[in-house]
Amino acid sequence: MAYLARIRVTLRKSILDPQGKAVEHAVLTLGFAGVSHVRMGKYIELCVDRQDKNEARRVTEDVCKKLLANPVMEDFSVELEEL
Amino acid sequence: MDGAKVKFGIVVFPGSNCDHDAYYVCKKILLQEAVFLWHKETDLRGVDAVILPGGFSYGDYLRCGAIARFSPIMQQVIRFAGEGGTVLGICNGFQILVEAGLLPGVLLRNSSLNFVCKYVHLRTENVETRFTRQCQPGEILSIPIAHGDGNYFTDDATLQRLRQNNQIVFRYCDAQGNCTDEANPNGSLENIAGIVNEQGNVLGMMPHPERASDPVLRNTDGQKIFTSVMRDVVTRSIGLEVADQSLMSAERGRRYVDG
Repeated sequence: MAYLARIRVTLRKSILDPQGKAVEHAVLTLGFAGVSHVRMGKYIELCVDRQDKNEARRVTEDVCKKLLANPVMEDFSVELEEL
Repeated sequence: MDGAKVKFGIVVFPGSNCDHDAYYVCKKILLQEAVFLWHKETDLRGVDAVILPGGFSYGDYLRCGAIARFSPIMQQVIRFAGEGGTVLGICNGFQILVEAGLLPGVLLRNSSLNFVCKYVHLRTENVETRFTRQCQPGEILSIPIAHGDGNYFTDDATLQRLRQNNQIVFRYCDAQGNCTDEANPNGSLENIAGIVNEQGNVLGMMPHPERASDPVLRNTDGQKIFTSVMRDVVTRSIGLEVADQSLMSAERGRRYVDG
């Protein structure tokens, strides 16, 4: 069974995100009031071929822990869709 | 070692761009042996010390240093470091070392979001490492930085450990040696510019000592990192800590005389 994994990698809450701050500043400069807490992250898609969804999730999370996210500064979340 | 010469191995990743500078300093300025180690190689060719040079390995894709860590040569570097071998990571090399788990923490985007390329002052916080024995305690070195992601960060528990074990080797400071916010070029935690691992055989630093080593450039502060390593390798090979001590005091004495 093939699954499409949609992965979001974001900076941990405790970590200052200067990029997000700069974007937030630009948004406010453009005149959009009431926009705040801008945080930047990464979006990654990959296909994974496994017997079942649990197994696909396990592999995808392993990939995230080992490569796609650095646990010192980042969190990740995985959404799986059957293809 | 080959005769009296120390053999430096400089790892070359796709995207390394300070590899030749490091090679030039080792070979032409300090007159030691130096070899390039391509990232696909699986043999360190008997080098005494490994240098992970600056640059943008694998285009800084994903995160700086994240991909380089998985290259074949890095498996050998990790093994070498585990056996106590000397590993010096400069700039991107430092980023690779934290990604590889050889050093704790992480290097975030500069707080200014700008790539910063300039001379900075560094205060030598620990002169009891194999990378800094040629420095005086608290010595202020002038060495350039050139990076966009040099903002050192780690959690409180790790920071405590770094302090307790004296693993913080360099801090950004002003010309008088004060570690102020103004003297911090990238927002780095506690002005940290360079750290060693607990065993003291792996150093990562954002500043570029190889860019401050050729007398033609009128600043040779960076040489002290390389000559410290050389002295360490030589004394290790003759297996006499006593010799190290006497060589050190001779060297210190000479420098006092030189003024």
